[in-house]
Amino acid sequence: MIRLFWRDITLAFRSGGGFGLGLGFFLILVTLVPFGVGPNGEMLSAIAPGILWVGALLACLLSLDRIFALDFEDGSLDLLATAPIPLEGVVAMKAFAHWITTGLPLVIAAPALGLLLHLDSAAYRWLIVTLLIGTPALSFIGAFGAALTVGLKRGGLLLSLLVLPLYIPTLIFGAEVVRRGAGGFLVGTPLAMQAGITAGAVALLPFAAAAAIRVALR
Amino acid sequence: MPVLEGLSFTVSPGEILVLRGPNGVGKTTLLRTLARLQPPYAGTVEAAPDAVAYAAHADGLKATLTVTENLAFWAGVYGGHDIAPALRDFNLEALRDRPAGNLSAGQKRRLGLARLMVTGRPVWVLDEPTVSLDVASVELFAKAVKAHVDGGGAAVIATHIHLGFEETVFDVTPYKARHDVIRNDFDESFL
Repeated sequence: MIRLFWRDITLAFRSGGGFGLGLGFFLILVTLVPFGVGPNGEMLSAIAPGILWVGALLACLLSLDRIFALDFEDGSLDLLATAPIPLEGVVAMKAFAHWITTGLPLVIAAPALGLLLHLDSAAYRWLIVTLLIGTPALSFIGAFGAALTVGLKRGGLLLSLLVLPLYIPTLIFGAEVVRRGAGGFLVGTPLAMQAGITAGAVALLPFAAAAAIRVALR
Repeated sequence: MPVLEGLSFTVSPGEILVLRGPNGVGKTTLLRTLARLQPPYAGTVEAAPDAVAYAAHADGLKATLTVTENLAFWAGVYGGHDIAPALRDFNLEALRDRPAGNLSAGQKRRLGLARLMVTGRPVWVLDEPTVSLDVASVELFAKAVKAHVDGGGAAVIATHIHLGFEETVFDVTPYKARHDVIRNDFDESFL
């Protein structure tokens, strides 16, 4: 299984692998917001947590259809389904590799971009923590959506429609923690809720996604 | 909708079973059922799921990985078999550092078939394995299959050409499911 993880990482970094796609989108979006909203520092710092989280979420969404569609097209998914590793493990490894190549770069880039948005200095810590806790949920929920739409040509739109509602709780709690952190309030409850969503997604969705793939391969 | 019905066969170790039948009769469906990619409507497949190695039209190669990397990945997935004999038998040694995306169609096919050797599984289920192979490569492939079954393996192959070894031919055409009969079974009196 670890082989599959390294293969996906290698593929992402090779030409045309899509590494940097989400990160580039995130950078562009967050850089453009101050130009659009204007140089009012107070306004920017008020909307910063929301912008950063929405940006991270959309950046993640951008590369979701690659998780299974490429393997489906070239026949790898058929071969993986008949290989001695469980399909649930395949899903989990591919979602994890997606997080490493998409989610983790966002976590690393977000503090620098917080600076552009006048993010309150007390909130940086919570921005990193929530992105670190929340983005794995985005990858695993996204892998489930990608598995549901894997056999469809141009399934990208349907994938977005399926996945976005499932992303909303992560977004709400993530941005809420950052906002509370900026104001110096207690962050325990939303943070625990967000961690719970991630834990649930990581534990359960590989099984649902594997079931969806088995149906798609018939 | 069932495509084939009433069909039954056994393949013993050392045997090669060649499936024949016109396009669209259900050979691929049968092979995918053998590989457990889809369940049969009725009946059973006796071969254990971890005994079957499946190869189809799509070779499952990654264009940006080299020949060695592609093969080593599958070898790793199947428990770390040596890839050197597979590279040798399919004449891929000179291409080992070439990205799979730069290979010709026939070379890709050879790499896809070399994957079977690193699975270490006894039953090869092959769907049109000789597509885009030249005469020399077909010989290489036939030799590899021969060596596999001589070593106690078995193979089920859907193909339209003669591969030049002793084989049992199984024509699936007579087992085509007859949908017209099924349709006539509907009783419209309830309308």
